[in-house]
Amino acid sequence: MARLTEANELVAREIIGRYPRPKSALIPLLHLAQEQDGWVTDDAMEHIAELVGVTAAEVLGTCSFYEMFKREPVGTYLVNICTNISCQLLGAEELLHHAEATLGVKAGGTTRDGLITLEDVECIAACTEAPCLQVNYRYRYKVAPEDFDRLVDDLRSGALVDEVPPHGTLHRTRQRIPTDRAAGAASPVGGREPAWIASRPAPAKDTP
Amino acid sequence: MTVTDAPRIITSRFDVADGFTIDRYEATGGYTALRRVLSMRPDEVAAEVKAASLLGRGGAGFPAGVKWGFCPPGVWPRYLVVNGDESEPGTYKDRLLMEKDPHQLIEGVLIACYAIGCAQAFLYVRGEMALAQERIAQALNEAYARGYVGRGILGSDFSVDVVLHWGAGAYIVGEETALIESLEGNRGMPRLKPPFFPAAKGLYLQPTVVNNVETLANLPWIVGHGGAAFAALGAETSRGTRLFAVSGHVKRPGVYEVEFGVTTFRDLLYSPLYGGGIRGGRALKAFIPGGASAPWFFEEHVDLPLEAGAVGKAGSMLGSGAVVVMDETTDVVKAALRLVRFFARESCGKCTPCREGTGWLEKILQRIDSGLGRPSDLDLLLDICDNISPSITWPPKQTTICPLGPSAVSPIASAVLRFRDEFEARIGAPAPVTVAVHGVAYNSKPPVEEPVGA
Repeated sequence: MARLTEANELVAREIIGRYPRPKSALIPLLHLAQEQDGWVTDDAMEHIAELVGVTAAEVLGTCSFYEMFKREPVGTYLVNICTNISCQLLGAEELLHHAEATLGVKAGGTTRDGLITLEDVECIAACTEAPCLQVNYRYRYKVAPEDFDRLVDDLRSGALVDEVPPHGTLHRTRQRIPTDRAAGAASPVGGREPAWIASRPAPAKDTP
Repeated sequence: MTVTDAPRIITSRFDVADGFTIDRYEATGGYTALRRVLSMRPDEVAAEVKAASLLGRGGAGFPAGVKWGFCPPGVWPRYLVVNGDESEPGTYKDRLLMEKDPHQLIEGVLIACYAIGCAQAFLYVRGEMALAQERIAQALNEAYARGYVGRGILGSDFSVDVVLHWGAGAYIVGEETALIESLEGNRGMPRLKPPFFPAAKGLYLQPTVVNNVETLANLPWIVGHGGAAFAALGAETSRGTRLFAVSGHVKRPGVYEVEFGVTTFRDLLYSPLYGGGIRGGRALKAFIPGGASAPWFFEEHVDLPLEAGAVGKAGSMLGSGAVVVMDETTDVVKAALRLVRFFARESCGKCTPCREGTGWLEKILQRIDSGLGRPSDLDLLLDICDNISPSITWPPKQTTICPLGPSAVSPIASAVLRFRDEFEARIGAPAPVTVAVHGVAYNSKPPVEEPVGA
C-alpha cells in the first residue's frame, strides 16, 4: 500500500504542470502509480487525489473505467492474447485455449507463482500479424502454440528481463519539456488571439 | 487491376530502419514544410488543406479542412487533440505511423496548430501502444531541443506545446467527445452533440479540433507539394492516398498505402502487390470493408472502388481502412458473436439501448453458437437491433449518444441475412425472419451463376 514516492511525486507534479487543468493528468498519474507498485493501490489513488485536487472517489471513478488499470495485484507479466476478428480468423481462440491449458489458469487468472496473468483482450492493432499477443504491452506477432511455449519459458528463465519491464512500466522514455523551451499550458480562461494569427491577419474579404 | 503509381505520401520512411529519428527525418526533407508554413499566413495554410480535399482518416471521413473551419471566430484559446486511440477491430495503421515516423506526425500537428491558431496540442496515444508512446516521447524531446516545438518556434512568433498523453484501455475513447472527456481526466463517456460539438465546445468547453493521426500525417506532404497535387490523386470524394490494413484470410496480409478513390477492393484482396488472393485458393465468403462497425460486403462488391461515396451508396463504409477477409471456411456465427462481444464489452454504459442491447445480443448469439438456440432467436436478435438502431438501415439511425451501439447491429444484420442457413443449421430448425431490415448491403444477393455453356 503505497503513496507515490518522493521521486514519483516530482514526476507527477511535472506532468500536472503541462495541463491547463490538473485533473487532465489523472490517467498518466494512475499509470505512474501502477509503474511504481505493479498495480493501482488505494493509497496511491488518495495521494493522486491530493495532488490533482479532486476527491479520491473521483480518482477511483476514472481508474475503474479503464481496462489497463489493475486494482488488485497481477503477475509480473501480463500476457494479453487478442481474440478479436482478424486474430480469431487465424486461430486466436485455439491459441488462448492452448495458453490456458499450458499455464493452468483461465483468462483473467494468475499463475500460482505470481509470474503470469493471462487475459483475453480486444483488438490491439496488429491485425495483419494475426494471431498476436502482448507481454506487458510488448508485441509478439503470428504466434503459434510453440511460440507461446517458448515465450513462457523465456519469461520463467528471465531471458526477457531487458526487453520486457515488469507490469506497470509502459513507455520507458518520458516526455521532458525544458522550461526554457516551454510555451506553457494554455488556460481555457482569458485566452487571446495567438500572436502568429494576430500578426498575419487574413486579408479582408470583399463584401459583395 | 488498377494498381497505380501514386507516390507514397505517408509511408515513405516505413522501410528506413531509423526513420523515426530526427536526424533521418531532417535528412529526408523533414520539417521543411514547417519552415514553409511560417512564411505563409495561417489562412493560406488552411486554404491549402481545404484544396487538398483531405478526408478525415479516423472513420467518419469528414473533410479535415472543413472541420477546421467550424471553430467559432474570435473564441480563444483553441486546442488541437490528436486521436491516436486506434482500437477499431481490423484497424492497424495509426500505430505504424506513430512508431515508424513520429516526426511526420509532429510536423503535421504543428502545421495544423499554426493554421487553426491552437494554443496547445495533446497527442492522445492509445494506452496499449507502449512503443508508439516511447517513440513519440523521444521525438518530442528531440523536436523541443531543436526548436521545432515550444516557445518561439524556429525564431518566429509561433509558440505551442505538444503534450504526449496516453490512455488506459477503452475503445469508446476513440469517439471524439469521449476522447475529450478522457483527456479531462474523466470516464470516457461520449457527450451529447449538440451542444458539445468539439469545434464549438470541446476540451474545457473551448473550441477544439480533433484529428486522426493519419489525417495529420498527410499535412507535411500537402504543404510541400500543394493541395492541388494531393487532390489530383484519387477520385470523386476520396483524394490522395490512404492506408488500408488487409487482414484475415488473404495470402499477404499487410498495411498498404494505395491511391484513394480508384483502387478497388479486388486490387486490395487479389493483387500480388497487396493481399495476393485468398489463402489456399479458397473462395471468398465475405469481407468487412471498414472495421468492425461496417456492414459486411460480399463477392458482388469486390469491384467497387475505395471511394467513400460509392461504398456508402452500396450500404457500408470505408471507416478506418480496415479490410477483414473471410474465406469460405469461416464460421459466421462465431465471427458475428466475436464482433458483438466486442461491442458489449466496450459499451461505456451511458445509453440504455447500447448498454442493455449489446449484452443481450451477445448472450443470444452465445446461445445459438452453443447449440441451444431457439427458432425465434433470429427475429429476437433483429428486434433488439431495431431497438438500438431503428429500421436497421445505413447510415444507421441512433437511439444512443454515439455510434457504438448501432455498430453492433452491422455484423448481426450482415451475417443473419446473408447466411441464415448457417444459423438455422446451428439452431436445428427453420428460423423465420420477419423484422424489416433496410440497409442496402444487408439485403444484397449473391450474383446468379450463369449456367455453363449458356
